[in-house]
Amino acid sequence: MKVVFERPKSLQPTKTHYCPGCGHGVIHRLVAEVMDELGIQDKTIGVAPVGCAVLAYNYFDCDMQQAAHGRAPAVATGIKRALPDRVVFTYQGDGDLAAIGTAEIVHAAARGENITVIFVNNAIYGMTGGQMAPTTLVGQKTETSPYGRDPQMAGYPIRVCEMLATLDGPSFLARAELTDVKNINKAKSYIKKAFEMQLSGKGFSLVEILSPCPTNWGMKPKDAVDWVKNEMVKVFPPGVFKEPKEG
Amino acid sequence: MEKVLMKGNEALAEAAIRAGCKCFFGYPITPQSELPAYLAREMPKRGGVFLQAESEVAAINMVYGAAGAGVRVMTSSSSPGISLKQEGISYLCGAELPCVIVNIMRGGPGLGDIQPAQSDYFQATRGGGHGDYRTIVLAPSSVQELVDLVYDAFDLADMYRNPVLILGDGILGQMMEPVVFKERPARQLPPKDWATTGKMGRQKTNVINSLYLDPVKLEEHNLKLFKKYQEIEAKEQRYEILNGDDAEYFVVAYGICARIAHAAVEMAREDGIKVGLIRPITLWPYPKKAFEEVLPKAKAFLTVELSLGQMVEDVKLSVEGRAPVYFYGRTGGMVPTAEEIFEEIKKMRGLS
Repeated sequence: MKVVFERPKSLQPTKTHYCPGCGHGVIHRLVAEVMDELGIQDKTIGVAPVGCAVLAYNYFDCDMQQAAHGRAPAVATGIKRALPDRVVFTYQGDGDLAAIGTAEIVHAAARGENITVIFVNNAIYGMTGGQMAPTTLVGQKTETSPYGRDPQMAGYPIRVCEMLATLDGPSFLARAELTDVKNINKAKSYIKKAFEMQLSGKGFSLVEILSPCPTNWGMKPKDAVDWVKNEMVKVFPPGVFKEPKEG
Repeated sequence: MEKVLMKGNEALAEAAIRAGCKCFFGYPITPQSELPAYLAREMPKRGGVFLQAESEVAAINMVYGAAGAGVRVMTSSSSPGISLKQEGISYLCGAELPCVIVNIMRGGPGLGDIQPAQSDYFQATRGGGHGDYRTIVLAPSSVQELVDLVYDAFDLADMYRNPVLILGDGILGQMMEPVVFKERPARQLPPKDWATTGKMGRQKTNVINSLYLDPVKLEEHNLKLFKKYQEIEAKEQRYEILNGDDAEYFVVAYGICARIAHAAVEMAREDGIKVGLIRPITLWPYPKKAFEEVLPKAKAFLTVELSLGQMVEDVKLSVEGRAPVYFYGRTGGMVPTAEEIFEEIKKMRGLS
């Protein structure tokens, strides 16, 4: 029988702890497929965050380090500076990257650190049970914004790609939505581009992926995907924010 | 071997390069600034990495990444900056990563001042971050010893897969003394087969981690660390006893304070007081052996520190009530004179 679909080599043959309908499983797979296609599994070191993806070191079949909350870009910097011919990526959520780790991500980007960042934005803290994130939408109800995020009290969501695009350091910044086949393929093409940037030494690359969290949003999986499509993309428009000029 | 005149901070930096330090990550703070400046100049010329981080927090996490990748790595700072690194130090200990962390102590608490102090003793020896862990703490008292201990620090870190702190102070970092960089035979150290270098043909993935969600597993891990700490306590206590042979009284002091205390001991000797000096070189493990050595003949101990009494607790824990323990300290960047300490030695004799 012809094999038409199989587990990427760069993923461990194990179950994940992710909830039904969560985007992390798909995003792990996209990153692993890209590692396979680029033939970099053996020379890649990944950095896992604190948050829902904390156990990513059990899921990727490559060397991994687990970082303190928000510090993944600093840890990745240490690895890359020590071993500049290896491929280094971080895998971070919105609380990790855009709240407690804001300084680390901004300065890794400003230095043009030659690493790749996979940034999963689901507008909420998942692992701790659904608290308000730096990317929580105005009016969105969470455990710590039970009446909806009130800008008078809690300010506004941070647009990471747009913010980092003001810097000279990054080579590639893009945002995709995990909503349908077309957009999932687009997310994968961005991830591939981001790793290619690192392989050709062009410096910091980041792909932000808008991802559903049905459990903490209190929605059915399909409704969660629709919420990404209908609500999140209004605040976080998908697209490429920075890429090298042709020629 | 050529003798050169060097500032403590610069000598430390040079020794680190010679000890095989490949990466340095740091953040500017007084009074250790000459150290990163030296490495910023020398590392690129000698095949190493110097990177100024955006914060102390980032710097210690860069250390984590590079240590996990298997290279010799160092960071340096001074008291307030070391406080910021505590989260990272806890993770480094949990993940068992070797590295060298330099603290050129200044006065605290808070922003304090930029004058020499020894008030980070508790933080260094009790583990300033969260969790059940220990760091090896080395306390040099001269620029030469600072240099020698840098080599030992890297070796101890690799041998035990544990961070090593070098605890200096503003005087030691800033003063110039003649120093010799001795060639040292490479020590036999365990291979870093745990490092995340990329699999590079390896079957199994290497993972650097301090998370053990199952309490059974975390207890096992902590007990494994504890066993390592017990081994370090048994094997690595270091100290020096000066004027100890016929001594009835002992001053206990470390770092730059021990230099001043030694002058006071010499003054007391001229005055006919039989006093010696115990100078701990490792602050953790604390050199309890030194006390066992002198306790049969010791009538009393006087601990002198640039703090209001931190190491004195370890002195009491070592003496265990077998002799009186007195204390004298200055704080906030003030440094006692030998005369001041001499007066305290006389008081000790009068009291016991």
